[in-house]
Amino acid sequence: MSGPSDYQPSNPALQWIERRLPIFGLIHSSFVAYPTPRNLNYWWTFGAILSFMLGMQILTGVILAMHYTPNADLAFKSVELIVRDVNYGWLLRNMHAVGASMFFVAVYVHMFRGLYYGSYKEPREVLWILGVIIYLLMMATGFMGYVLPWGQMSFWGATVITNLFSAVPYVGESIVTLLWGGYAVGNPTLNRFFSLHYLLPFVIAGVVVLHVWALHVAGQNNPDGVEPKTEKDTVPFTPHATIKDMFGVACFLLLYAWFIFYMPNYLGDADNYIPANPGVTPPHIVPEWYYLPFYAILRSIPDKLAGVIAMFGAIIILCFLPWLDTAKTRSSKYRPLAKQFFWIFVAVCILLGYLGAQPPEGIYVIAGRILTFCYFAYFLIVLPLLARIEKPRPVPNSISDAVLAKTGSRSTPMVSTAIVLALAGSLFAGSIDSAKAAEGSDKPPGNTWSFSGPFGKFDRGALQRGLKVYKEVCASCHGLSFVAFRNLAEPGGPGYSVAQAAAFASEYKVKDGPNDAGDMFERPGRPADYFPSPFANEQAARAANGGAAPPDLSLITKARSYKRGFPWFIFDVFTQYQEQGPDYVAALLQGYEDKVPEGVTLPEGSYYNKYFPGHAIKMPKPISDGQVTYDDGSPTTVAQYSKDVTTFLMWTAEPHMEARKRLGFQVFVFLIVFAGLMYFTKKKVWADSH
Amino acid sequence: MNPDASTIAAGAPIEVDLSPIAEGQDIKVFWRGKPIYISHRTKKQIDEARSVNVASLPDPQTDEARVKSGHEQWLVVIGICTHLGCIPIAHEGSYDGFFCPCHGSVYDTSGRIRQGPAPTNLAVPPYQFVSDTKIQIG
Ligand code: FES
Repeated sequence: MSGPSDYQPSNPALQWIERRLPIFGLIHSSFVAYPTPRNLNYWWTFGAILSFMLGMQILTGVILAMHYTPNADLAFKSVELIVRDVNYGWLLRNMHAVGASMFFVAVYVHMFRGLYYGSYKEPREVLWILGVIIYLLMMATGFMGYVLPWGQMSFWGATVITNLFSAVPYVGESIVTLLWGGYAVGNPTLNRFFSLHYLLPFVIAGVVVLHVWALHVAGQNNPDGVEPKTEKDTVPFTPHATIKDMFGVACFLLLYAWFIFYMPNYLGDADNYIPANPGVTPPHIVPEWYYLPFYAILRSIPDKLAGVIAMFGAIIILCFLPWLDTAKTRSSKYRPLAKQFFWIFVAVCILLGYLGAQPPEGIYVIAGRILTFCYFAYFLIVLPLLARIEKPRPVPNSISDAVLAKTGSRSTPMVSTAIVLALAGSLFAGSIDSAKAAEGSDKPPGNTWSFSGPFGKFDRGALQRGLKVYKEVCASCHGLSFVAFRNLAEPGGPGYSVAQAAAFASEYKVKDGPNDAGDMFERPGRPADYFPSPFANEQAARAANGGAAPPDLSLITKARSYKRGFPWFIFDVFTQYQEQGPDYVAALLQGYEDKVPEGVTLPEGSYYNKYFPGHAIKMPKPISDGQVTYDDGSPTTVAQYSKDVTTFLMWTAEPHMEARKRLGFQVFVFLIVFAGLMYFTKKKVWADSH
Repeated sequence: MNPDASTIAAGAPIEVDLSPIAEGQDIKVFWRGKPIYISHRTKKQIDEARSVNVASLPDPQTDEARVKSGHEQWLVVIGICTHLGCIPIAHEGSYDGFFCPCHGSVYDTSGRIRQGPAPTNLAVPPYQFVSDTKIQIG
């Protein structure tokens, strides 16, 4: 992209094309011969990582769209069916959902890198502004994508975010109606979000082309912030930058795979496994972690319109950065004060993210206000002021001087890597699970589950016993509507044979029809049928159970959680702890107490449960010792029942968990070998460039 | 991209029978996809709503202006928080009215904003009494 090239392909067929469409010349000059500064560090590989992630999201997204149904009644179910029935559907969905988070991790690193090394300064202003536009488009795309599974958080997130526009004076209400295509968030909203979610990534790809074009015109910035002057300052893009980027991508893939295969739900919210319900707002609405700093800014301002302006202003202000920071020296490496303020700014952003996930009360509100002030002060006060008063250290004459001066102490990459990890880790600060089960209840005790950890497997005996408990006890009130009888015979499940599953199914009566006479009729179940629900509809379930409908149990172990709190949610990333749901369910089943503690009054028709949020639960104690007989000699105690049925429900929530962990291990072995190969190839290629 | 004809048609007025709602109770009905709270207020709740100094409210409005005269016991409001659209919970919060769990707005027994980030009172939908025990919303 930097002017006409004199590249001539040697193959005659390619020459023929080249004379008519000089595309190979374009590729050659942009990605092969293109001179890249030789002092770039690993922070510069995030550009390649981002391009890779964009491709990944588009690829997985297009396949997912082939199976997804954008309809308010069917969307939630179609996502579940993708995960359960589509070949490797669970993998596609995890890649896409985790991919969105990883995309944002990478974009934040990329932006902070630009901020630190002054990559927005003359002559790269347009390059920077294009980047901000991409970031805005990413936010919109990510938000609309999060709405598509149509869970509780999707629905209420959509409600809160679209309502932001109602703050606009005079026309606000009409804008919101226009966004919804109705009088509230509903089916038309879902349809248009799906359409836009499919469109915007291609718009992003288009702006990325402009971004890369602008980059190749202005040339890359570099850690020393001096422009390349001679041949000696640069190396050709291929193989030097290519191989380095490959190594960077491979390392990033390791992080990505960690979440895909071992912690797919860590970055999401348990509430999103509950289908959207326009009549009930979840107690604690949190957006995805990557919006949290802005959400915190929105909430810390007590006035609605001002809050919305501040929130959008926090992003738009980035566009003016090139004119706010007028310092001549680009890189903070040579700006002792700017460097310190930069790290303070990073800390402010992370803390704002943390506050965005906390309930808006007391100290959190005050802290939010202070940090919001700091955020804007950095751009409006600190940077303009520093440009006037700071005395920068002398910059090297040329890039090769800088490289030569450094060869003595080459420990920086190690330090950088450590900082990347720390930053990535703390950015997840926001993804704290909703406070759902936390308020006013005890923490469920931890259990040892056979299915936890990287090599976890379901205990077949427990699955079979749990199925028995479900069938004899839970099934009288709770449905299991996403599980089919055929699933019982599938690998990774309770280990029944196909014949056994068919026999199990035939014990059920299933409604079918209409027949030739137009009547509905009952017939014995077949393996392809789903577990029949005990009630015809939610209203019937509600009416029969004193106003509280018993939830469907298919996803219950993923739809319930409790707050882990700081610092546990950071440790969890490394220990792969993600059994909040099972721990909570098992604890709840054992948490009934006949004696209500003093000072607690229960509403009529409620029971006291230690672990239920608010303690007053409508479900009576479901099970007692000896109620279900076991053939394999396991103890028939409530503790054992709870454990077995919870294991069974974990399987119903995630029938492909064993396959996920098995594939994860293989992928990790491959990636580690691949990254190692890339590293040594890179060393070889760069051997005489340092 | 505005609502299509079928959406508009589905948003036609609805009739609600009030006779089953006992004093101190409320029901939630859906109209145009929005939850509407209809509460049968007690004497105490009405007095609470009427005894405040209207000028001191964030969004000054008298209780009389928010209900139909002759039917003071019935409060009909759209159950959508005027902050960012969550559904407030009835009979909660320090004013015996509504409490929004999302960002903590508190409304009184007349659905007026008393505390928190919401800028205005809960909206009153268009409705009229067709008979003493029946209203038409819309
Ligand atoms: S939506 Fe009710 S307080 Fe924000």
